[in-house]
Amino acid sequence: MPTASVFDLDRAWDLHPQVSVRPEPFGALLYHFGTRRLSFLKDRGLLSVVQALATAPTARAACRAVGVGEDDMLRYTRALAVLARSHMLTERHPDP
Amino acid sequence: MTVKSERLVDLFEHGLDAPICLTWELTYACNLSCTHCLSSSGRRDPRELSTAEAKAVIDELEAMQVFYVNIGGGEPTVRPDFWELLDYATAHHVGVKFSTNGVRITPQFARRLAANDYVDVQISLDGATAEVNDAVRGHGSYDTALRALAHLADAGMKNFKLSVVCTRHNIPQLDAFREIADRYGAQLRLTRLRPSGRGADVWDELHPLPGQQRELYDWLVAHGETVLTGDSFFHLSAFGGALPGLNLCGAGRVVCLIDPVGDVYACPFAIHDEFLAGNVRDEGGFAEVWRHSELFLGLREPQQGGACTSCSFYDTCKGGCMAAKFFTGLPLDGPDPECVQSHGESLLADRRDIPKPSGDHSHRTTASRPVPVTISPSRPPVSPCDESPLAGAPVR
Repeated sequence: MPTASVFDLDRAWDLHPQVSVRPEPFGALLYHFGTRRLSFLKDRGLLSVVQALATAPTARAACRAVGVGEDDMLRYTRALAVLARSHMLTERHPDP
Repeated sequence: MTVKSERLVDLFEHGLDAPICLTWELTYACNLSCTHCLSSSGRRDPRELSTAEAKAVIDELEAMQVFYVNIGGGEPTVRPDFWELLDYATAHHVGVKFSTNGVRITPQFARRLAANDYVDVQISLDGATAEVNDAVRGHGSYDTALRALAHLADAGMKNFKLSVVCTRHNIPQLDAFREIADRYGAQLRLTRLRPSGRGADVWDELHPLPGQQRELYDWLVAHGETVLTGDSFFHLSAFGGALPGLNLCGAGRVVCLIDPVGDVYACPFAIHDEFLAGNVRDEGGFAEVWRHSELFLGLREPQQGGACTSCSFYDTCKGGCMAAKFFTGLPLDGPDPECVQSHGESLLADRRDIPKPSGDHSHRTTASRPVPVTISPSRPPVSPCDESPLAGAPVR
């Protein structure tokens, strides 16, 4: 499925402010208090990426910062796109 | 990536560090006496958690990162500290979804609820007409619920829930429930009637007939994710494809119940000593019970399918609801009493020892059904202590 339309790896992203993250042995659970939907992160690596978004200039930089290799980049991009589509992630715009 | 995709179930079967869905019955006190009440509510239990104890539980839930609690009862809003606890929870990052019959949802409280993003409300209604609803929930309860729905809608509350327990009398009303929900901007939530609490007394006459189960399944499939089910109909997945949701008995794995006195049970439908894991007042509090109780650790072990293992639908239906089996006297490793492949029927016919719920908090004055009384025309026998000088004398 197309991911580029909703998710650009070269932009800055944040967790939605109404999303709560709870680490679990298999990865993490995410709960969005606005949409009241539950999602999950299937591995700890993805959790690290999500946690790194806030301090990274782009999602790609967040992936690299936690050691995601080029081989895994597509897999992580897809996962982040799904999160963006369900409003778990929001794009961060630079202050004017 | 989301709950409905692939095998999240396999991860959850081993349990989680904290529950996803925690039900907390705040009080056994209730203004109603619904015939199917799963917690046999009515009278307040004097041992009920105090405000300070309830706040300590909320502190624990915050530390465990429990996203939200489903608060119920009894009627939770009759607790004098209900609003205080609600505000305390949401201020401590524990979202609240509470179930109410609507009795205290005044315009003023509706506005207060609408202003809090971390609160969700479920109004209970078990008939789309007063006739069907009030037969189960009591006279006037239909009007109370609809008034509450109107107050919430007027206050601008969005996406609150209209919560219906499916019975043989209201399954023909599914479309009408949908219309009521739409009228008030609410979302419909359908759940399964369990033979728990007083529900055990009326289950035989209220649980959906076999043909209605099919009707319900088809209706749920047609309406997909626009209707919530609390994952309560996974036994129906043996009709064909699985319904949206986890399709898993979450008891002690992702779900549990804290009752008004702090007892922790495996699920809201299993208030019985057999499923009692501990108490939040015990050393270590709720976290200790959730993480280390023998009962919960046992439930997180791989379960045996027993008689169901050979059924081709076992993978989706998992033998159905533990509480429904327990309170109808069926073996836990066998089919659900409402197994849609009819594997439960012969077992139901042979059932003998049906466990009783551990607590009964029903109003003592409740006479929900006629009590047969005969007035004897003859005089009572004379007791040895009778002091009347005319005792035993024939009346002329």
